[in-house]
Amino acid sequence: MPITYAFLLFLIFSSLQPILSLYEDQVGLTDWHQQYIGKVKQAVFHTHKTGRKRVVVSTEDNVIATLDLRRGEIFWRHVLGHNDVVDGIVIALGKYVITLSSEGSILRAWNLPDGQMVWESSLHGPKHSKSLLVMTNVVIEKDNVVIIFSNDRLHAVSCIDGEVLWNKDFEVESLEVQKVIQPPGSNFVYVVGFAASSHFEMYQINARNGELLKHESAAFSGGFSGEVSLVSSETLVALDSTGLILLRISFHKGNVSIQQTPISNLVEDSPGPAVIIPSSIMELFAIKINAVTIFIRVTGTGKLEVVEKANHETAVGDALSISEGQQAFGLVQHAGRDIHLTVKLAHDWGGDLLKESIIMDQQRGLIHKVFINNYVRTDGSYGFRALIVMEDHSLLLLQQGTIVWSREDGLASIIDVTTSELPVERAGVSVAKVELNLFEWLKGHMLKLKGTLMLASPEDIAAIQYMRLKSSEKSKMTRDHNGFRKLLIALTRAGKLFALHTGDGRIVWSLLLQSLHKSEACQHPIGLNLCPWQVPHHHALDENPSVLVVGRCGPSSDAPGVISFVDSYTGKELSSSSLVHSVAQVIPLPYTDSTEQRLHLLIDADKHAHLYPKTPEAIGIFRREFSNIYWYSVEDDNGIIKGYALKSKCDGNVADKFCFGTRELWSIVLPSESEKIVATVTRKLNEAVHTQAKLIAADQDVMYKYISRNLLFVATVAPKASGEIGSVTPEESWLVVYLIDTVTGFVLHRVTHHGSQGPVEAVFSENWVVYHYFNLRAHRYEMSVIEIYDQSRADNKDVWKLVVGKHNLTSPISSYSRSEVVTKSQSYFFTHSLKAIAVTSTAKGITSKQLLIGTIGDQVLALDKRFLDPRRSVNPTQAEREEGTIPLTDSLPIIPQSYITHNLRVEGLRGIITVPAELESTTLVFAHGLDLFFTHFAPSRTYDSLTEDFSCALLLITIVVLVAAIFVTWVLSQRKELQDKWR
Amino acid sequence: MRSVKVIVSFVFTLSLLSFPSSGFQSDELLVDDEEFGLEGSPQPRSPEPIPTRSPPVTAPTRKRHSDLDSDSKIQFSLEHAFGDSDFSPAGTFSARLKTWSHGGQTLTKLRFSRNSFTDEDKEKFKNLLESDDFYRIRIPSNVLSPPGRDFVISSVKARCLPREGLDEHFVIHMEGVNVLAVNYGSPGSCPYPRNLKLPAKWSFSSHTVLKNSEQAPRAPVFTEEILGGENAEGEVVQPPERSFWAKYWMYLIPLGLIVMNAITQAMNMPEEQATGQGQPSAGAVQRGPSSAAQIGRESVNVFFPVNGSYLVWPRPLNTEINLCIKILELKYFVGSRISEVKL
Repeated sequence: MPITYAFLLFLIFSSLQPILSLYEDQVGLTDWHQQYIGKVKQAVFHTHKTGRKRVVVSTEDNVIATLDLRRGEIFWRHVLGHNDVVDGIVIALGKYVITLSSEGSILRAWNLPDGQMVWESSLHGPKHSKSLLVMTNVVIEKDNVVIIFSNDRLHAVSCIDGEVLWNKDFEVESLEVQKVIQPPGSNFVYVVGFAASSHFEMYQINARNGELLKHESAAFSGGFSGEVSLVSSETLVALDSTGLILLRISFHKGNVSIQQTPISNLVEDSPGPAVIIPSSIMELFAIKINAVTIFIRVTGTGKLEVVEKANHETAVGDALSISEGQQAFGLVQHAGRDIHLTVKLAHDWGGDLLKESIIMDQQRGLIHKVFINNYVRTDGSYGFRALIVMEDHSLLLLQQGTIVWSREDGLASIIDVTTSELPVERAGVSVAKVELNLFEWLKGHMLKLKGTLMLASPEDIAAIQYMRLKSSEKSKMTRDHNGFRKLLIALTRAGKLFALHTGDGRIVWSLLLQSLHKSEACQHPIGLNLCPWQVPHHHALDENPSVLVVGRCGPSSDAPGVISFVDSYTGKELSSSSLVHSVAQVIPLPYTDSTEQRLHLLIDADKHAHLYPKTPEAIGIFRREFSNIYWYSVEDDNGIIKGYALKSKCDGNVADKFCFGTRELWSIVLPSESEKIVATVTRKLNEAVHTQAKLIAADQDVMYKYISRNLLFVATVAPKASGEIGSVTPEESWLVVYLIDTVTGFVLHRVTHHGSQGPVEAVFSENWVVYHYFNLRAHRYEMSVIEIYDQSRADNKDVWKLVVGKHNLTSPISSYSRSEVVTKSQSYFFTHSLKAIAVTSTAKGITSKQLLIGTIGDQVLALDKRFLDPRRSVNPTQAEREEGTIPLTDSLPIIPQSYITHNLRVEGLRGIITVPAELESTTLVFAHGLDLFFTHFAPSRTYDSLTEDFSCALLLITIVVLVAAIFVTWVLSQRKELQDKWR
Repeated sequence: MRSVKVIVSFVFTLSLLSFPSSGFQSDELLVDDEEFGLEGSPQPRSPEPIPTRSPPVTAPTRKRHSDLDSDSKIQFSLEHAFGDSDFSPAGTFSARLKTWSHGGQTLTKLRFSRNSFTDEDKEKFKNLLESDDFYRIRIPSNVLSPPGRDFVISSVKARCLPREGLDEHFVIHMEGVNVLAVNYGSPGSCPYPRNLKLPAKWSFSSHTVLKNSEQAPRAPVFTEEILGGENAEGEVVQPPERSFWAKYWMYLIPLGLIVMNAITQAMNMPEEQATGQGQPSAGAVQRGPSSAAQIGRESVNVFFPVNGSYLVWPRPLNTEINLCIKILELKYFVGSRISEVKL
């Protein structure tokens, strides 16, 4: 019976949950959602049918999507798994999209109109190899056949149902197949490749049954290198291993012949080795020497001749058959601010089919890929459209000399996000662009009033809803009272910065960072961090805020770093520099100089600390706080955590006064045979904590939260158990979590979860940490909470001490005092696996917290922190119930209304960022992955503001009516009184 | 009765005599029990520091257990460094290595003997105190094959150590024979700003604690309980019968008010006097809630109508802090929850 009670109580409490869901007409008021696909790898046009013109694309983010050619919208989109890389796409039978993915082992067919999967078949083979997908026009029993070379085996698969019709292995060891070619109108395929890097192998195979018709090989002592270009269905061009000799390999009628031509014969001043740009254009190919692209024609007699040398950046598209025996190809060249799109016939270099010049935004960088497609113009001639992929991963469609549409697909790969305040509204700042005129304003209010008084017609209601959605209030370019309008500044993988307006998600500015641009000095630049650099308030309000972008040249941590400073309002790069040192860690310090520039320490790979900004003032501030600055490093791969203090000088003979050496203060060595670090989490630096004490109602006691900014949560698992879930037995897997003080290296808490394993996702806030892992014994995911309380301040409860002033509440807290902490923890089962976890943060930290959980279904679920209270008990006492303790349950509830993404999905969810608004009740949530989602979220509802549909007009009218009524009744009563007195 | 006592005391003395040196016994038994407790039960314990005076008397090695678990004595060294100087030996930890029948190895009975400071060391330490620099120590990360993968380092501001003598506190976090971390510091607080204070005598008072990992509490599982509760007898436990007043006071009070109002009205009507209406009802209101809530406790009652019932917040005011916090919590409780309550 107590259980029934408990259950009832639970029901009551769960019904007391704030209703987080929203009404239908509230969708889109404060939230926005943007869908992206990532950088396009391959595009196939589908324009033959009279229906909707579309293009099928596969991207580097493992997305298969079809886009509307008219507007660039997504018709349908499938996000394949993390390790399911798309190798090739073709369109078969005019209605299926066939994709080869997962290193050539999975072949799927999707229905072109609606994107439903039609069939899937898996292809296996002896060993891993290059994957090639070729559509043939061979018909076996009314079945079109697609030929796939993958995993070192040739497969023929039926397009109708995905059945493998035949497959064929090649005996030759170390065969690297380069191309699978089907000459037009034939019933066989050529499989060509290199064996042992000095043999050219050619197999002629019957496409109907996989029978080997012919096998020829030819040796070439110079070896082969890189890619090959197909110049006819029976000829290809390759380079020798030095990159100096062009090889024309012909296998006409099965007879292999190799013809050598040194590049120096063709180009007089060829300085270095060449690279072939892989293509398959009839009688033409392109090579690249340094930055120069050279087009070379292969004549019928086998002679090579240079047709053009292009000094500008050039992108070449694949060939396109426009009519019988005629091939066209697209060529895009940069020329200053413009780009030139040229479509040429393959056999006739001089005759351009199309030549267009388009002004291109400089922030899009260079052209990486071009795909062309033809259509018949109204006058019967051929027209061409081109889909181009730019350096910033954006996708554009060019037609008739203009950009028809563009997609900012760089936003699909956000690395880091920060926010910036908008300018304060004042006379000088122009906001007129989004301001309404007086008439519209009046009209809007009239409509609103009508809506409130329920006089509005359906058209009016629609107009009101449109007005609410498109409210100019939310998309203004100035700061608002509630702090809802901000700029979200995002750094993408392509090295581009975007500033998004939180009101409607539009791009305010974008900047392709020059410092993260590929150059001679910096071959593989990658962005690392984005930090707010200057956040002006008080005395430096005239300055614009700026952000610091930190990157480095190359994937290894000892590659030299690059930094740049960008103005948050204008999006201009203020300055940038490539650093002499590497960047391993970026530490924002809690100090700012007189212009509100935040001091940052950049730690290099040799553990030297470099102070930025490099000004005498900064070093003065830094020297003052010098002895109180500590930092730590986590070496994931060998399981060592180390803490450091700073030395006043750099170790080497570098006379750099902004460089500081470091000294090791503490180290924690985790045994490598039993523990491997899988997660480390710290508190957010700017988190506000409202109260240091927590009242325990049950025993009328106060507990002090252990609120230290220097706590590090570390989770380790058994090295064996770091793989997939289920790869180990519960006995040989464990999860150990640590709470470490990063100043002294004290292990404050250590606890082992036996029979559990990663992946571990954790979030740290105030004095608690919540982490998520898999429990092998229970076969379920679990979430645990640890709350940390400070016992050494427990004696501050005496009121007399407080009155007399003997309490130590105001004395500075030193990490070197031995801290007596008490932890309380509890574990709960949780249904979902997670992709990300975050916690709401509000301006003052008063509002209760909710966890934001990025579920495996790419949605964001809000879960009240009270569910993860370690003090929940089966039968809470009266006092506990009053405090809001929820009766203990073994699992955490998932309330469908508390998905803050409502019915939307943030595909490929990677991170959730919470930013406090000025309004205490509200936090701004930004979830990013492939898609972007932004919303306002009030963990305890908006208790400090009127709701959006509150009608001030009605209130005013009511007051006016009441006042009038009071006057009228007063006059009446006066009159009556007078009459009474006369009586 | 008396004879029993005699026998007990006899057995006790006999058992005491049966051990060769009884001087250390109570101490060791304690330590041993602690270790057993740690191995066997998952519940957390608060480790008792084992104070050892330096230089401690080295304990004679004895073999007390002749069971499956074999013991062996091992030693590992503590090294120290003054500021950025190199590490030099500073003392020795000695412990029993207990090999369990299931193959695990744990350390028990940790003892520590510290070398006393040489004059040179003292001079160095004084320098540290003056410059408020770090006194660093390290121990090997594997006690069987030192130094293991690396040394485990810990350090403290030198000014934290001096008290009467030099007080230090080691918490060594172990996992089998591996040392994960050592927390080294003063046993008490070390308030900031740290003042320069030279120790009266240059001898260390060392406290060492060995800590092994705690087991996490299991997630609660309710399924069986619910099944058992439902199936057992189907017996329905009646909620305790409440008094008539407790049940219906919310109806009775308004009724009383109305009645009283009516009576006053009725009494006043004939005399046509319009005064004296409010007092009785105010009294009734005062009486109502105080009799419903616990009498004798000062309490703040907050009433919120939730589906016809009441939420009550009795908040006894013990201390001023409590009051402050309560008011704060109440504020935000009211702020955050009231709006949620409206369903």
